Amino acid sequence: MSNLPVSFWRSVIIIALVALTTFATRAIPFILFPDGKEIPKTVQYLGKVLPAAVIGMLVVYCFKSATPMQFPFALPELIAGAVVVLLHIWKRNNLLSIGVGTVLYMILVQYVFV
Amino acid sequence: MIILEKQNTFKAVFKAAFPHTIPVMTGYLFIGIAFGVMYAEKGYNFIWAGIMSLTVYAGSGQYLAVDFFDYAVSLLQVVFLTFMVNVRHVFYGLSLLERFKHAKKFKPYLVFSLTDETYSLYFLTKTPEGMNEGKFLFALSILDQSYWIIGSIIGSVAGTLIPFDSTGIDFAMTALFLVILTEQWLTSKNHFPAVVGVICSVLCLLLFGKDSFVLPSMICILSILLAFKKSPINKHEETEKGAEKK
Repeated sequence: MSNLPVSFWRSVIIIALVALTTFATRAIPFILFPDGKEIPKTVQYLGKVLPAAVIGMLVVYCFKSATPMQFPFALPELIAGAVVVLLHIWKRNNLLSIGVGTVLYMILVQYVFV
Repeated sequence: MIILEKQNTFKAVFKAAFPHTIPVMTGYLFIGIAFGVMYAEKGYNFIWAGIMSLTVYAGSGQYLAVDFFDYAVSLLQVVFLTFMVNVRHVFYGLSLLERFKHAKKFKPYLVFSLTDETYSLYFLTKTPEGMNEGKFLFALSILDQSYWIIGSIIGSVAGTLIPFDSTGIDFAMTALFLVILTEQWLTSKNHFPAVVGVICSVLCLLLFGKDSFVLPSMICILSILLAFKKSPINKHEETEKGAEKK
């Protein structure tokens, strides 16, 4: 245990804090609107439209570290991303789209755009 | 009644849930491995990786957390940064209030395990007819977390044994979200929310930079969706009916 970058107990505390904070972000809506309490119409509406918007945000979130203005000009992300989408429209097979996209991206960043 | 009970045994529910979790399994094994490798490089063995994946259970949250194990990072920063990177989870709960309402004893775990991928899965999957929804969602989420824990342990062990260049492996997560977005686009008539989500996030990314754009994006998305609640370009009622017919 001597090779840890911080002490044993500090490591434990860090994990506990990360766990509790993460759980808090997930629990907030359920604390605000407990079972039995009427869910306002507006919140119900948001529940319907938010999922698609959030998925859109998550995709952008995943591309946030791409560098379109300098090498490799976000090309690995764009190429692999386009392959995932096109392959999915064509075959509608989740595993295939994710597998091929990931392996292609790894080849692109490790061997092509270096 | 007998049929219903038979259908609701844990075995039957897990059997029904498993095929839906295969894409998450691929993604989680890959990115779990990547986390395990990074954490092992920092000096933490597979026991630590397993405990973290068991108690924290967050993809990007755990990636970020690897850097917290350093005296230069204060405990207050740990809480603040974790909150910022996970604040999007608040959205998820909002859209699952109704669905979790009758989950009863499963609810605490369902809330705890609400990761991006599991959330997306709920959104893609419908509970089979006659099956207890709480139990079905519980099966989906516990399978997902088991992949995550297994992945991080494999990564942690492999990372210390075989030197392996995992650069780019985290693209599995991006690919999963792209697949879900594509699937959502092909099956839904109302594209307004997806377009709002992408445009707001891109604008906020350009304006606020990659480390602080999530919260502004959320505010921007919320405001626009609320402002366009009754707009004809946002045909959410119709989509709902279409989805029911299917």
